[in-house]
Amino acid sequence: MKPAAATPSRRVLLTSATAFLFSGTAVARARILNGGMPWEAGTATPPVPVRPGPWMFFTSDEAALIEAAVDRLIPADERGPGGKEAGCAVFIDRQLAGPYGGAAGLYMRPPFMPGASTQGYQSPDTPAARYRQGLKALAGYVRSAFSGKSFSNLDTAQQDEVLTGLESGSIALKDTKGADFFALLLQNTQEGFFADPIYGGNRDMAGWKLVGFPGARYDYRDWVGRHNEVYPLPPVSIMGRAEWTAKE
Amino acid sequence: MPRKLPPKDVVIIGLGWTGSILGYELAKAGLDVVAIERGPWRDTATDFPPGYSQDELRYAVRLDLFLRPDQETLTFRNNMNQTALPIRNFVSFLPGNGVGGAGVHWNGQTWRFLPTDFRLRTHLEQRYGKDALPADMTIQDWPLSYDEIEPFYDRFEKLCGTSGKAGNIKGVKQSGGNPFEGWRSSEYPTPPLKQGLGATLFAEAARKTGHTPFPQPASNMSEAYTNPLGMKLGQCTYCGFCERFGCGNYSKASPQTCVLPALLRFPNFTAQTESEVTRINLDSTGKRATGVTYVDTSGEEWEQPANIVLVCAYALFNVRLMLLSGIGKPYDAQTGQGVVGRNYAYQTTSSVAVILKDKILNPFIATGAHGMIVDDYNGDNFDHAGLGFVGGGYMGMGQTNGRPISTRPVPSGTPKWGARWKKATSETYNRAMSLSTHASSYSYKDCYLDLDPSYRDRLGRPLMRMTFDFHENELKMSAFLTERLAEIAKALDPVELTKNPRKGPYTLNAYQTTHNTGGTVMGGDPANSVLNRYCQSWDVHNVFIPGGASVFPQNHGYNPTDTVGALAYWTADAIKDRYLRNPGPLM
Repeated sequence: MKPAAATPSRRVLLTSATAFLFSGTAVARARILNGGMPWEAGTATPPVPVRPGPWMFFTSDEAALIEAAVDRLIPADERGPGGKEAGCAVFIDRQLAGPYGGAAGLYMRPPFMPGASTQGYQSPDTPAARYRQGLKALAGYVRSAFSGKSFSNLDTAQQDEVLTGLESGSIALKDTKGADFFALLLQNTQEGFFADPIYGGNRDMAGWKLVGFPGARYDYRDWVGRHNEVYPLPPVSIMGRAEWTAKE
Repeated sequence: MPRKLPPKDVVIIGLGWTGSILGYELAKAGLDVVAIERGPWRDTATDFPPGYSQDELRYAVRLDLFLRPDQETLTFRNNMNQTALPIRNFVSFLPGNGVGGAGVHWNGQTWRFLPTDFRLRTHLEQRYGKDALPADMTIQDWPLSYDEIEPFYDRFEKLCGTSGKAGNIKGVKQSGGNPFEGWRSSEYPTPPLKQGLGATLFAEAARKTGHTPFPQPASNMSEAYTNPLGMKLGQCTYCGFCERFGCGNYSKASPQTCVLPALLRFPNFTAQTESEVTRINLDSTGKRATGVTYVDTSGEEWEQPANIVLVCAYALFNVRLMLLSGIGKPYDAQTGQGVVGRNYAYQTTSSVAVILKDKILNPFIATGAHGMIVDDYNGDNFDHAGLGFVGGGYMGMGQTNGRPISTRPVPSGTPKWGARWKKATSETYNRAMSLSTHASSYSYKDCYLDLDPSYRDRLGRPLMRMTFDFHENELKMSAFLTERLAEIAKALDPVELTKNPRKGPYTLNAYQTTHNTGGTVMGGDPANSVLNRYCQSWDVHNVFIPGGASVFPQNHGYNPTDTVGALAYWTADAIKDRYLRNPGPLM
């Protein structure tokens, strides 16, 4: 291959597009911008709404456990729906089936070594793998501690007892740090409860209504100077409001 | 063998704040300029539309706009006896990615350093004696004075349309502004932002306790503004999706809103994205750079020859590129010899959380940098005699959001889940706020950056290794500042007050700030600096690091961006007015 230079004229012609620079037999990929701000239709990346439907990551047994657990982490009460009705299990399912579940973008090169607590997370396991393993270990623990029952068949007091034991570390799971798994489950449940409903949780904006967060509104200029007054408008999602969208 | 491209006058590595400013100034001067950026192109209309910019999960939690660690990360350890491990996901600090860099998702806090900060060691030794400083503290004077940099601060603030109230115009104190700030040649380009209830209450409490609160300088527009490049910014809408987000309203100063549309009009400027510079190439003497080598997305290597190389990446990655390119002598913490990687510093932050009775704070009505601030305990604004530490910071109430995945305080002792958690979350959200301190991080012999012996990036190059911990001086300072802040907070008559002074050791597990400084320090002596006072490499005269925070000799009690922008203009003038006439070492 000869060390030929790429031609500048070719680069100018391909202004503001993904350009292919030809040099000998090599084809380079890079985006060249020159001569003004680019605008191309279809290059924005809006979020893809989660739709109800079959579980994408969880098995039906896993899903039953998760739905029961998120409903204890965020119980239904007079203030509003619990985690299950708010869609937290669906949220976690779709997150685990997507890039988050696969630890996309994280530095996952070996060697993996346990570090000091100040050195951050150091496990080779992806979030999806941690759920798979954690749920299996939790189901096994419940079976042996509650004479063959599954978590979702326990009464709520027993479920709380198990979750409390996981959180404190007093329950030992097989091959899994129960407290770490609990922390991950709680984090994802609360993410689901308070994230935009477009991701499958926070159904009917239950989480936002609980605290009084107006959601994806984008202009409070008329309200910034109105101190100590309750903001009057209901929350909106990136998708709008429930009554604006077609009912399924 | 890399494919060789036609030569350019200037190659810029990284198209964030400093790359955009240098690109504009040098293209305007007629030079043929290419900026090579490893991340994607980003602009407001396509990438931050107000239809879906306000997505907490995507941008603030999953960190959509930030650098992915699998592209580049660091290893970290607290001290030289530990084995450094890779930062597998960024938490404590969040480097930017793509065009605009961290200038896309910053808050907009736009602070100048104090005049005494620029001659820090000299000033402190004169006032408190040489013995007042710890033996391993390696702070040093900047190679330029506040008076010299002032016009460049002014220029960057006018570029950004910064909102605020001056406290000192040409030596004349102004009521309503920061009484401690250095002189300004003019008032802020736009008036202060409006304040919410929390900041208003804080300001009352601060006045009641004998302090002088003032509005935080913010590059979020209080009104429509047209900058000297003709870029038009719109009024901020207080949407509460500012830091970690791109602004869909053209209201936050960024390379996108302030520079890039004007820059791209120059036919002699080209931006090339998704291309990662892997090294700066030197000629056989090692004293002159011949250009850079980069890889594109297909992994193909290209060589871009250039007469001037401007290193404009994020502070940490400027340091790594210098180490990987063999420019300057690497720092050796055992001997104290060498300079590249020396004087890495950070920021010392702390908070006081309060829950008020019967207040409706509406924390979601917010912008990145509004708020009311007290500067009485910054730098050397107060007498440190007998306190056992030097340094300081500002403190105040600057609620930036009420996004509920991350911001939903509960009273202490509340369980983390279940019925009691739910009740407390519901009852506390609208009447809780967090006051904060933002303070200096001085440099030390054992806080530094070098290349990691084990871990490598996707291209097989060594990761950079960070060795850092908070020192006793900073922890004492944080305890002192947090107590002062708590005294003000008590005047709010809170039902609950929780002090959170910074405690050691430094941990990666919680966000603190993305103010990583030092490693390619500018100075007056090649024995303790990588760059001279024009941000020019002492060793390779056609390599400049024009103002990235890696040039800071230590970090002061203010956010770095205003100083970064000012130094970019300072370096641009040095190149245009001096270097081009007579290329060689500037002194």
